[in-house]
Amino acid sequence: MSTFFYIILNIANSIDNNLNFLYNTPISEFKEINARAKKGGAILSEPILKVQNLKTVFFTDDGQVPAVDGIDFYINEGEILGIVGESGCGKSVTSLSVMGLVSEPGKIVDGKIHFNGEDITHAPERKMRTLRGNEIAMIFQEPMTSLNPVFTIGDQLTEAIRIHRKISKKQAKDRATELLQLAGLPRPKALLDNYPHQLSGGMRQRVMIAMAMACDPKVLIADEPTTALDVTIQKQILNLMKKLNRETGTAIVLITHDLGVVAQMCERVIVMYAGKIVEEGAVRDIFNHPSHPYTKGLLASVPDLRRQTSRLYSIPGNVPKPGSITEGCLFYPRCQEAMAICAQKRPGLVDLKNGHRVRCFLHGEVEEA
Amino acid sequence: MLAYSIRRLIALIPVLIGMSLIVFGIIRAIPGDPALAILGQKATPEALKQLRHALGLDKPWYTQYFSFITDLLKGDFGTSLRTHAAIRQEIWPHLAATIELSVLAMLIAVVVGVNLGILSAWKQNSVIDVASMVIALVGVSMPVFWLGLMAQWIFSIKLGWLPSIGRENIRDPVTAITNFYIIDTLLAGRIDQFWEIIRHLILPSLALATIPMAIIARMTRSSMLEVLRSDYIRTARAKGQKMFWVVYKHALKNAFIPVLTVIGLQTGLLLGGAILTETIFGWPGIGSYIYDAIQYRDYPVIQSGILLVAFIFVIINLIIDLLYAAFDPRIKYK
Ligand SMILES: Nc1ncnc2c1ncn2[C@@H]1O[C@H](COP(=O)(O)OP(=O)(O)OP(=O)(O)O)[C@@H](O)[C@H]1O
Ligand code: SF4
Ligand SMILES: [Mg+2]
Repeated sequence: MSTFFYIILNIANSIDNNLNFLYNTPISEFKEINARAKKGGAILSEPILKVQNLKTVFFTDDGQVPAVDGIDFYINEGEILGIVGESGCGKSVTSLSVMGLVSEPGKIVDGKIHFNGEDITHAPERKMRTLRGNEIAMIFQEPMTSLNPVFTIGDQLTEAIRIHRKISKKQAKDRATELLQLAGLPRPKALLDNYPHQLSGGMRQRVMIAMAMACDPKVLIADEPTTALDVTIQKQILNLMKKLNRETGTAIVLITHDLGVVAQMCERVIVMYAGKIVEEGAVRDIFNHPSHPYTKGLLASVPDLRRQTSRLYSIPGNVPKPGSITEGCLFYPRCQEAMAICAQKRPGLVDLKNGHRVRCFLHGEVEEA
Repeated sequence: MLAYSIRRLIALIPVLIGMSLIVFGIIRAIPGDPALAILGQKATPEALKQLRHALGLDKPWYTQYFSFITDLLKGDFGTSLRTHAAIRQEIWPHLAATIELSVLAMLIAVVVGVNLGILSAWKQNSVIDVASMVIALVGVSMPVFWLGLMAQWIFSIKLGWLPSIGRENIRDPVTAITNFYIIDTLLAGRIDQFWEIIRHLILPSLALATIPMAIIARMTRSSMLEVLRSDYIRTARAKGQKMFWVVYKHALKNAFIPVLTVIGLQTGLLLGGAILTETIFGWPGIGSYIYDAIQYRDYPVIQSGILLVAFIFVIINLIIDLLYAAFDPRIKYK
C-alpha cells in the first residue's frame, strides 16, 4: 500500500527535482565562482555552514535532556537543505543552536559550528550579534506570535535593516518597502504602518521572510515556516522561498515534518529522530530507496492528493523524550522491522552510496561510536 | 487615537455627574448643622434660621444641587464658612502642594519600580533579582505612616540630614507663582531655595513612593518574565538586536501594559496615602486642608475638596486609559 504512494510521489517529485536541479545548478556555480573570487580561490569546496557532532542539552530539574545528540550537517552556498522529523525530535533546538539562541537551561555541550570557515560554536554574544539577521537569518514556525504586537511592520523591518546597515531612516524605509514587495505583499507602502494583528498568518509569515532577507543573509534557517498555515498559503510561501533562493543565492535550511515539502524544495535532506540523524542523502535517493524504517514511515504519511479516500498514515507511537531510552536503537519501540540486536545495541551511521547514509542495523551491523 | 480620546472624554460626563451627586449627597448626610457650627451653641433660633436661608440650606435639595453645579461650572467653588475667603483661591496652594508631592513620589515609584522589575526579570535568579525582590517584599509590607515616622526619626532626628516637617524653610518663604515650589523657585532663579525645597520633598516623597514602588517592581518583574519568553523576543534577538534594546524596547512596551493598571491603582491609593503622609510631615496639602474643614463643618470646603480629589482620580484613570491605547495598538480597533 505505502509503496504505491511513493511510486506516485516519486514520479511527481523526480520531475520537480530535475527542475530543481536545472535552476539551482547555475546559481550555486555562480556563487562558488563568486566565493572563489572573494577568497582568492582558497575555499572553493568549503560549505557556508558546517555543523559537526552538535550536542545541545537542557539541564532541567528532572535531569539532563539531550535534545540534540551529535548532529552533523553542512550546507553549501545557494543550496536548499531539508531537515525532517516529527515534533520533538530536536529540529528547532538545532537551528537555535546555530543562531546561538538556545534558551536557559540549554547549553551546547559538544561539537562545532563553522560559518563561512569560522568557528562560531562558542563565539561571544557580540560576535553572534553581527551574524544574526545579517549573515544568518531565521524564520520561525509561529507566524502569529513571531512579530511584536506593539510595533508597526515598518518599525520592525527598518529595525532589522538598521541594526546591521548604517543607513538613514528614510533609506531603511525604502528598503523595507522593497523587501515587502519582494515577499509578494500587496500595497507594501501602506503595510509599513500596519500592526501585526491587522495581517493574516500568511501575510505575517511573508513579513517574517522579508525581515529575514533584510540584509541579504548567506544562510536562512526556516523552521517549519508553513506548518501553521493552510495548504494554499503553504504552497505560496514555499514558492516565495524558492524564488528568493534562486534570485539572491541565499542558502536555506528548510526544517519541516513533511517530506512532501522536502520533495518540492530540496536537493539534499536529513532525517532526524530523537536528536540524532537517522538518514541523510540526496532527496532522489531517499525517495527512491528509503532505507530507515522511520523514513519509510514518514514517506507513508505524506498526504497523497491524488487519492482522496486514503486516510493519512502516521507512525504509531511518539518520539521518545530525549534521554529516556538508554539502551538499543532509539526507534526500536516503534520499529516494524526491529531485530533482536536492536534492543541491545545502538546503530551507527552506515554509508550506502553517494553520501546516502542510514543509522540502522538492517544495513550493516555498525555500532555507534 | 484622537477619536478614541474623544470617546473616552465623552464617557466621562456621566461619571462626573454621578460623582458630584454622590459627594453632594454624602455631605448632606453627615450629621450636624453647619449653621450651628458657625454660630456656636448659644445662637438664637432666629439667627440660625437666617443663616440657613443665607446659605440656601432651607431650599429643596435639587435646587441646592443645581446651584452647586452651575457655580462649579462657572469655576466658583463658593466661600469658606470659616474664613469667608473664596475657596477657589484658598484651595489651590494646598492642591498644588499635594500634587507636587504625589507626582514626585509616583515618578520615583514608577522609574525605580519598573527598572527594578526589569533588572530582576532580565537577570532572573541573580543577586540583583533576589535583592530587589527582597526590597520589594519589605516595601509592600510596611505601612506608610510607620515608614514615614522611621524615615523622619533616622534622617532628620538622628542624622540631622534632612528637615522633618514642612514644605519650605519658613524663614525664607517661597514667593508663590504656580504654587509648585520646584517650578516657582526656578522661575525666581533661586537655586539655593530650590535645593531647600528638594530637601523638604525627599523624606515624604520617598515614604510615599516605597509601597507603590515595591508593587510596581513585582508586577513589572512577573510581566517581563512572561514577555521575555515570547516568540517575538526571540525574533528580535534573531535580528541581531542588542539584549538591552530587546529588553527595553521590545519586551518593555509589551510588559508595561499590565503594569499600567497597577500604576493607575497605585496612584489612586497614593493620593490616599498622601493625606496620611501630609499629617506626619506637616505638609500643607489638600489632605490637611480638608481635615481642618471637617473639624469646622466647613461644608463648601469639604465638598469642593472631596470633589477635586475625586476629579483627580477620574483624570488619572483617563490618562491611564489613554496610555493603554498608546502602548497597545490592538485596543483602538476593538
Ligand atoms: N527549554 C527546554 N527545556 C527542556 N527541554 C526542552 C526545552 N526546549 C526543548 N526541549 C526538548 O528538546 C526536544 C526537541 O525540541 P524541539 O523544539 O527542537 O523539537 P522540534 O523538532 O522543533 O519539534 P516541533 O516539530 O514540535 O517544532 C523536545 O523533546 C523537548 O523536550
Ligand atoms: S536499528 Fe533496528 S530498531 Fe532501529 S530502525 Fe533499524 S531495524 Fe528498527
Ligand atoms: Mg520546532
